[in-house]
Amino acid sequence: MQVYLDNAATTKMSRAAIDAMMPYFEEVYGNPSSLHSMGQQAKEVLDEARSTVAACLGAAPNEIYFTSGGSEADNQAILSAAAIGARKGKKHFITTAFEHHAVLHTLKKLEKDGYEVTYLPVGREGNITAEQVEKAIREDTCLVTTMTANNEIGSVLPIAEIGAVCRARKVPFHTDAVQAVGHIPVNVAEMNVDMLSLSAHKFHGPKGVGVLYARRGIFLSSLIEGGAQERGKRAGTENLAGIVGLAAALKEATDHLAENMAKVTALRDKLIAGLGAIPHSVLNGDKVSRLPGNVHFCFEGIEGESLLLLLDSYGVEASSGSACTSGSLDPSHVLLAIGHPHEIAHGSLRLSLSEYTTEDEIDFALQVIPTVVERLRGMSPIWRDKVNGIKPFLL
Amino acid sequence: MALYSDKVMDHFRNPRNVGVIEDANGVGEVGNAKCGDIMKIYLKIVDGIIVDVKFETFGCGSAIASSSMATEMIKGKPLSQALELTNKAVAEALDGLPAHKMHCSVLAEEAIKRAILDYYQREGIPYDEEQFRSVDCCHCEG
Repeated sequence: MQVYLDNAATTKMSRAAIDAMMPYFEEVYGNPSSLHSMGQQAKEVLDEARSTVAACLGAAPNEIYFTSGGSEADNQAILSAAAIGARKGKKHFITTAFEHHAVLHTLKKLEKDGYEVTYLPVGREGNITAEQVEKAIREDTCLVTTMTANNEIGSVLPIAEIGAVCRARKVPFHTDAVQAVGHIPVNVAEMNVDMLSLSAHKFHGPKGVGVLYARRGIFLSSLIEGGAQERGKRAGTENLAGIVGLAAALKEATDHLAENMAKVTALRDKLIAGLGAIPHSVLNGDKVSRLPGNVHFCFEGIEGESLLLLLDSYGVEASSGSACTSGSLDPSHVLLAIGHPHEIAHGSLRLSLSEYTTEDEIDFALQVIPTVVERLRGMSPIWRDKVNGIKPFLL
Repeated sequence: MALYSDKVMDHFRNPRNVGVIEDANGVGEVGNAKCGDIMKIYLKIVDGIIVDVKFETFGCGSAIASSSMATEMIKGKPLSQALELTNKAVAEALDGLPAHKMHCSVLAEEAIKRAILDYYQREGIPYDEEQFRSVDCCHCEG
């Protein structure tokens, strides 16, 4: 049996999305900027996809900008706020300590250029409050950017409340909703957001296409100069098939949101209950306000990369957030942000489900994971020291 | 290309010489939990020959594979030969390691040296300090 439990990394494309895309590779392959019939037909399809996406998010079509994915959308949102901020003498950002690197690295770059960034601590549970944001807002704050849901530990942030605070204080608010869209209700009006990033391949759409939503009146600068596509904010011939696939996948996810959430949450909770029985382990992330498909544990005495590799040998495909794979010896910044010592942060496992995940697969994972954890602990000198009382258990 | 060679994966999935020697007369531990890898080598030495060797490792796949391969390379060998084992030789025997994983083979070399040093110190055997100069190296900052 081969079980894919890495849906937070990427997902299998839905049949509906694949079928929707196919005609735009070899039948209607025109350039939406062309004046001839096929070009204009492509333009209509593009407009239709934009309307579909807007409707799914509670936005207007002219607030939707198609990008190459979530990272580009995050970069554009932050750099646009920096550009307009600089003109107004506002060079302060507020974010959280556990954002995706697309946000953190963009802000780090801005810090080198003289911007200031407040990184809100996320505490043991891995979440923030609107009060924290409110207290951090300054006269010179040009943008608050907090993710809707964390990609590693699955915490869902109180975005509507944060958005309300930002709106009251007239500070623009961006949210990286890459892990949330298609999995929990996301409505830009209800969430009080000014900008939002999403990525198609996280909800069974194609890779290489995403969206930046920007509310009317929000200034956007372009990352890519050239033609006048996307109302002059994102040059380059549109990835029409990808955009159609994104729209189809989002429509499908939105139409089935409630039933998928119920199904995935039940499987998630079964997995959490089973893994929680492994001694000296801890569930990371917000236990209540949590993505339906996220399970994230640390297991004491073992290291994440070997855990992943061995799980893969047994047929379970997962992820860790382990440092080893990235070539750095530092463990995940997210796990350090929720207060784990390095030793514990090294032993992490993320299992991310989707609506295609079956109960049989969860049962299989629940057989395999405790076996693999036990096997690795059996060859770990640090585990032996803990069992023998030479070193203390931390979990 | 896959992250690891077939040989690394074989030694990771089916590690040789895992465990503890209760009556070991040379034990060496290197690395630390903060960096994410600890390697411990147990030696049973009789008449200058490594008659048995076991290891325990907390670490990534290549750390486990490096320990396994290194123990295979010194088992049954005289101490003089075990002291000559280099991290490069371990990595080569595994058909190579990714650049950022080379420190795993360094850990294996150092753990063996530290275990032999422990043996010399326990038995009161004089040794050349030069040979053990590198065993206090810390491979990770902080």
